[in-house]
This record gives sequence, C-alpha cells and structure tokens, in this order.
Amino acid sequence: MAKDILTKPKAFYDNFHRKPDQNKQDTHYCPGCGHGILHKMIAEAIDDFEIADRTIMISPVGCSVFVYYYFDTGNLQVAHGRAPAVATGYKRTHPEAIVISYQGDGDLAAIGGNNILQAANRGENITFFFVNNAIYGMTGGQMAPTTLLGQKTMTSPYGRKAEREGYPMRVLELLSSLEAPTYLERVALTDAKHLMKARAAVRKAIKTQIDGKGFSLIEVLSACPSGWRMTPTDAVAWISEKMEKTFPVGVYKDVIKDRKPNTWTRMLEKVPFEKYHEILELTGEPMEIEADMSSVLDIYKNPEILIAGFGGQGVLLLGQFLAEAGMRHCWNSSWIPSYGPEMRGGTANCHVKISEKRIGSPIVAKPSILIAMNLPSLDKFEPLLKPGGLLIYNTTMISRAPSRNDIEILPIPATKMADQLESLRVANMVVAGAIQEKTKLFDEIILKDCLNTVVKHKNFIPLNLQAIDKGKEYVENFGK
Amino acid sequence: MAKELIKGNEAVIKGALLAGCDAFYGYPITPASEIAHAAAKYFPLAGKPFLQAESEIAAIQMCYGASGGGSRVMTASSGPGLSLKMEGISYSCGSELPIVIVDIMRGGPGLGNIAPEQSDYNQIVKGGGHGNYKVLVLAPNSAQEMCDLTMLAFHLADKYRNPVVVLTDGFTGQMMEPVEFPYPNPGDFKKHHWAAMATPETRDSIINSIYLDPYELQEHNEKLQKKYAEMEKNEVRFEEYMIADAEVVGISYGTVSRVMFTAVDVARNKGIKAGMLRPITLFPFPKDKLIELANFDRVKAFLVSEMSNGQMVDDVRLATHFKKPIYFFGTMGGVVPQVEQLAQEFEKIIKT
Amino acid sequence: MPHIEISTENCKGCGLCIHICPVSAIEFAKEINKLGYHPARYKGDGCTGCTLCFYTCPEPSAITVYRKS
Ligand SMILES: Cc1ncc(C[n+]2csc(CCOP(=O)(O)OP(=O)(O)O)c2C)c(N)n1
Ligand code: SF4
Ligand SMILES: [Mg+2]
Repeated sequence: MAKDILTKPKAFYDNFHRKPDQNKQDTHYCPGCGHGILHKMIAEAIDDFEIADRTIMISPVGCSVFVYYYFDTGNLQVAHGRAPAVATGYKRTHPEAIVISYQGDGDLAAIGGNNILQAANRGENITFFFVNNAIYGMTGGQMAPTTLLGQKTMTSPYGRKAEREGYPMRVLELLSSLEAPTYLERVALTDAKHLMKARAAVRKAIKTQIDGKGFSLIEVLSACPSGWRMTPTDAVAWISEKMEKTFPVGVYKDVIKDRKPNTWTRMLEKVPFEKYHEILELTGEPMEIEADMSSVLDIYKNPEILIAGFGGQGVLLLGQFLAEAGMRHCWNSSWIPSYGPEMRGGTANCHVKISEKRIGSPIVAKPSILIAMNLPSLDKFEPLLKPGGLLIYNTTMISRAPSRNDIEILPIPATKMADQLESLRVANMVVAGAIQEKTKLFDEIILKDCLNTVVKHKNFIPLNLQAIDKGKEYVENFGK
Repeated sequence: MAKELIKGNEAVIKGALLAGCDAFYGYPITPASEIAHAAAKYFPLAGKPFLQAESEIAAIQMCYGASGGGSRVMTASSGPGLSLKMEGISYSCGSELPIVIVDIMRGGPGLGNIAPEQSDYNQIVKGGGHGNYKVLVLAPNSAQEMCDLTMLAFHLADKYRNPVVVLTDGFTGQMMEPVEFPYPNPGDFKKHHWAAMATPETRDSIINSIYLDPYELQEHNEKLQKKYAEMEKNEVRFEEYMIADAEVVGISYGTVSRVMFTAVDVARNKGIKAGMLRPITLFPFPKDKLIELANFDRVKAFLVSEMSNGQMVDDVRLATHFKKPIYFFGTMGGVVPQVEQLAQEFEKIIKT
Repeated sequence: MPHIEISTENCKGCGLCIHICPVSAIEFAKEINKLGYHPARYKGDGCTGCTLCFYTCPEPSAITVYRKS
C-alpha cells in the first residue's frame, strides 16, 4: 500500500483509444459520479495483484456500459442484466481467468435479478461489483429496484411509494441467505473511512477469486449527481444520510477462511481427443452380418412395425431391439417413439421400419406387423394393419378376439409366459422370439447379440434370452 | 467410423464433442432434453463443462461468454426456449461470436405441445431478434445428419464467426437410426486468435456489439451483410430426388422431407412425374436451384409441405419469382403429413 | 514534502477532493478549463499525503499524489 506516488493505475489504458470523442484521457462519466471512483479502486487492485494479463472485465448495460473504454484487460460487453450468465460461461471455460462483472442496480437487481441470484447460488468463482445508485442513470433517471421510499425519479415522479412500487430491494441481504456465496460486503463511496473500507473490500473480493474461493459481491453505494439532481458533494452527503439508512454498510457474509480452493475453481482435466471414441462409447464392435431378405416371405420383407402397450411393458425397448437387429444386418432401420406426457399416462407405442431400401418416412401409418400388448392398443391400431399383415396380440391382457379377417393373427399370452419366468418385464422379449420364429427375418445369433446393446443391466441378459426362446418355442408349437 | 443405433438428439452431442465442442450450456425442454442429458453425461467425461443454466436467456449468454473466450460452445432448446434466446442470438451476431444452437421444434404458439412442428422457421431463419442479422440454418432430417450437420455447424460457425442454428423437429430428435460417427479431427481443437482468452497476447481483445457512431454502425452492418452474402455464395446445400424429369417438384425439410421422399415414390408408381428438392440450408436458401427449376418448361408446379402455417413457402415464392404455381400442404399442432396425402397432392396438381 | 498534482484539463470540477481534504489544501481555480469547469487546484502547501483526494476523485488522470517529496 505504501506507494510513494499514487497516480493513474496501469490497468487503465494510457489513452482511452476506444472512446470515440477527442478526449481520450477523461471518462465519459458525469462530474462526481461514483462509477469513476470504483473504477480506480478496481484498476489499482488489478495492478497490485499483477493480473491484468488474465483479467476479463464484463461491461454491463448502464452508465458503465463503456467499462471497456478504460480497462487494459480482456473485455466483454454484454446484454442488459446478463453479465452473471456471460461471466459464468466464460469462467467455466477459462477457470484460470480473473473475471470481474461490473453491474448497476437496474442491470443486476431488476432485469438480471435471476441471473445474479443463480450465479450466487452456484457459487461461481467470480467477483461482482454492484453499483447501487438507487436509479437508472444511463436512461435518464428512472426508478430502480433500489430507489428509496419517497425518492422522486422520472418514473416515480411523486416519490416511490411502498404500496405502489414496493420497498427498496436489499440485494446483499437476499444473497446472504444463500449457502454458496463466500464474501458479501456493502460499502459506500463517501467519506475517508468509508472510502478506505471500500478500497479494502474491492481488493478482498478480487483476492477471493484469485485464491479460488468462490463467489464474492461488493455492493457499492455510489453517487449519481445527475440522476439525483444534486451537486456531487450533496450527493455524497445524501448517501450517508439517506441511502445508508435503507442499505446499512458492513460485511454480510465472509466465509473465505472456511472455503477450500478446489471446490470453487472447477478445474477440469481435459481428455485427449484420441480418447473421445472411448468416452462416447463408440469403441465396441458389435457383431453384424451383411444379409439380404431373399429368403424371407414377401409379406414379412421390409417390415413396418407398430408396437403398442402400457408404459411398463417394454414396448419402446422391443422396438429398439428390432431396429438394432435391422442395423446389425446392414439394413436401414428407424425407430420413433410416441413421446411426452402420454408416456406418463401409461400408454406407449413406437414405429419401427427395417428396410433394404432407404427409409423415407419413418412413420408407420399402415403397419405390416402390429404388436398389441394391451386392449386399448388393439382397439386403436387393428384397423390400421395392412391387409395380409401380421397381428401379434397379448392374450394375457386382451380378452377379445381381433375383428379383422383379412390379416394373419398370432395370439400369444406373452405376459403370462413372462410371469412364468418370474419377470413381467420380459413379455416384450417373448414377443421378440415370436416375431423371429414367425418371420425368420433375422439371423438368430445376431438377434440375440443385440441384447448386449439394448439391455442396460447385463445380469438380465440370460433372462431375456430365455424369454426369446420361450416366444420361439410357443410359435413353433402353435397350431400343432 | 463407428456405427450406433442412436437418437438424433444424442447424435447431436456425440457429433459436437467429436467436432471439438468445449462446453454445453442449456435448459431442459421437451423434445430437446435428451441433448442436455447426453451433454451432462459426456462433457464431464471429456473434461469439459456442462451447466444447466437458470433459463434459456442465461444459457445463450453463457455461450456468449464462452465463445468470447474462444471456446467452441453450444446450447439446445425448443421453440419457447428459442424465443428467450433471441436476445443472445442478436448479441452474438452483433459481436460476431460462433455459437451452435440446436432447435428441436415443437408445437406452438405459446406452450402449444411437444409434438413436432416446423413453426419456428420464421423466428429462426428470418431472425426473431433485433437488428440486421442472419444466422446460418442447417436442417437435418435423419439421425446421421443430426451428427453430421452439428459437426458442420461448428465448422461454419468458426469460419464465419457467426451463430449457426441446427433446426429440426421433434421427430428427428426423438428418432433412432444407425449413425456412423467419424474420428475427431485435431484441427478442430484450436482456439480463436480474436477471442479474449485471458492471456497476454489477447489482452487487447474486445467482444462488443456497440457502435455508437451511426456511420460506424452502418459500416459494421455492411461488413455483416458481406459475410451473409459470402454464406449465400458458398454454403447453399440441398438434396434432390427424382428431379431430372420432374413435372411437379416437392419442397420440404426435416421430417416432412422424409414423408415426401416416400410420397414421390408412391406418385411415381402412379405414373406421376414427381420429384423433390430438400433444402439442407434454410439460410442460405437454395434460391438459384429453385429459379432454375421454375424456368424449366417441364416443371409445371411446386408443392411445398411444412408442419406450419406456411413459413418456408414464402421463400419458395420469392425464389421462383412466382413463375410457376406454388401449392402448399401444411399441418399444424404436431400433426405430421402422411405419405398418402402428399402423394394425392402431387396427383391433384398434375391433373389440374 | 508530500504534495499533489492536479491535471487541470482532466478535472471535471466535481469538488469531491476539495470536500474530503482534511487540511483544506485544495480549492476551485478561478479559470475555466477546456472541459468547461472550474477545476480543482492545489493551494501549494499543507498536503499530508493522505491520498484521500486520489481515491475520491472519479477521474483516472486528474490527481497524482506524491507522498514523499
Ligand atoms: C433489454 C434492454 N432493456 C432496456 C435497456 C435500456 N437501458 C439501458 S441502461 C438501463 C438502466 C441501467 O441502470 P443501472 O443498471 O442502474 O445503471 P446506471 O446507469 O444507473 O449505472 C436501461 C433500462 C436496454 N439497453 N436493454
Ligand atoms: S448519470 Fe449518474 S451514474 Fe451515470 S455517469 Fe452520470 S452521475 Fe454517473
Ligand atoms: Mg443505477
């Protein structure tokens, strides 16, 4: 601290080259504006910690929209209120950077209220400076969430009234109820004592981030002489006399000592891209054959399959299993589920196409094979079946006989058979066995190997194999 | 190459990682959620951040931050989320940030439903945000293209320093098909020199969309328009089917194009010379190809089909200068056109 | 001797330094600067090098404090 000469910090550009007017030395702020005071404290801290090379300043929307005119650091200018989100996105991809988000009260507390709340709640390792000047300075002095009761602004011309506009929002008090934030302090840019406290808080907040200790936010009570229509000295007095009553200065949270750096820096270890196929589970070489359908009966060739039933009957999985098998024969295949709330309602269906030709529409409007696992499915889809098509229906769950007489019908007590294997959940694979025995579409070894892909828990594979065999057996003996 | 039967939504994430995507920021919404699920699973395994943002507004702004820092980044959502992302998309275009955005369209307006629609076309292709901006729009119609076009999206985003939207409907996202995944290309894992990377070399970098001076902003806009013109010159992509002798040309994208593909076959079986053109890029739109077709004497008419009230059809009208009649067959609310319906439309058009 | 230097052309005449200076060593100048303000002016002696004027001044380039001579 004991520098012999105090002058413009190095973290400011020598020349504000991005500033469009002739004057490249002064800020664009009004005389006596608190923004400039805070800028200087931040710049001084960046100098002293020697972090300019790795600092990113986030310019908000508000009078401080041009933060990037001044700070000789990396700069991101962002949308109104979104600085916490942008800062988060940045910091998570650059954990080593020092990210400083600078925001006004309209920006942080109004339009970006949720963004700051959530960043705080996530405990982002970022430093936030929140300039509370109880007004929208930039747009000409409108009411902010922090505007005091009775305070006149362009949009509260008769004075803010609690009944009409609610009470001034105490952001620090709100944030301090959260578990994650590390350091929260409110300071005021007023007299000697308060200025020195502010300066210390600025440094401490940045240090918190450097040490990887998490979220810090300094709320700065700051004069807006223009918006308040006061002289700069009156404005400073107004902070002490009025603002501090509503917004008491002080430390609202400080758990810096308790925080472990590791938890808050979120360093991720990058994995070499050679390993990506492994990570993405693309290294397995599933068994496949190049097959054609020449030996398959015409009516079963290039099947368009509709499978329908209750949610828990494994309807979607059966479809995936068949589509997987199609792929493993080097045919084209597609699977689409009915998705969304109807699944929660208990019914599910899926469309599967397996074809030697390119699949156009994946939608099965007129199935050549219909699997009905419950009565509603039979009622709904039986009429759609192509003449000559195959209907397989689950007699355990369906008491009525199908009504069509221009189709091939295979009744099978799939649920009951599954129950005999002591798992209702393999009714779908009983049906799979039945389909295979009926159509002889697939190579059986390949078909069974597909269980390795679609069944999540490997211990269930033997059971599923048994179910397939049971289904096959049933069809073999059917009608004998 | 590795082949897998996989949902389009998941293929997006595998493709993204293989294309060098560094981070995923998103917010759950059906029918796009599997993209976030897959990202949550695989990004950490690759040592890359996945974060569930507090909203789509925040998610796209997180992308803005990551992209500003030179990272390849993406987000994914559906219509209601895209409405919220418009702010970030406009800012990203203004600041020229490459971001990949996936929109798995659902039924609208409002909460609508989660069934497949194509009613975000205007919002995405015409730009639902403010300003003279354009985004590249890629329209996959298969799980394979969900991977391939996502990878291409990262490439194009970088090439033009511009957001790229992968636009498709709920069906393409939910559908499982075999997908062949390529090996990653080391060239895709480099950082951008213009970004603010928190390094001494990039200390002077600024990511910004403000140009206070009207002439400067005009100049910036002109530069952007030049870039969009380059895209129109270089990036038009489409697929033709049975078009060489077609008398009626169908035009559709996404799931409808799959239905139309089959409908063309059905119509051909009835002796109708139908063909189809499927735009793969919606911006840039295959205008030259369309006017070329419109100028052929043999081409009698166009049939545009969309799962919307007719949003792309306007672009077809403009591209063909109204030279030939343009018929429109639309479905809304999540209803998907049927093969028979489109085949009948082809037939009706030829017989009138 | 501690003293301060005020860059006349970079001062917006807000008066915060005058107000905060514990020894009243700063005053408004009579003349008007290029920005159109009466800038602050060091009276020439009395500075204790406390640095408060530096920290209360919103302008980066307006005040330099020499804490020793
Ligand atoms: C989406 C959006 N809405 C409104 C605005 C207009 N606007 C610019 S600054 C501002 C208020 C800023 O107030 P505050 O954050 O308190 O900053 P101050 O100027 O007081 O420092 C508003 C409403 C905008 N730029 N963007
Ligand atoms: S309007 Fe207020 S906040 Fe904005 S520069 Fe002027 S004094 Fe500062
Ligand atoms: Mg304000």
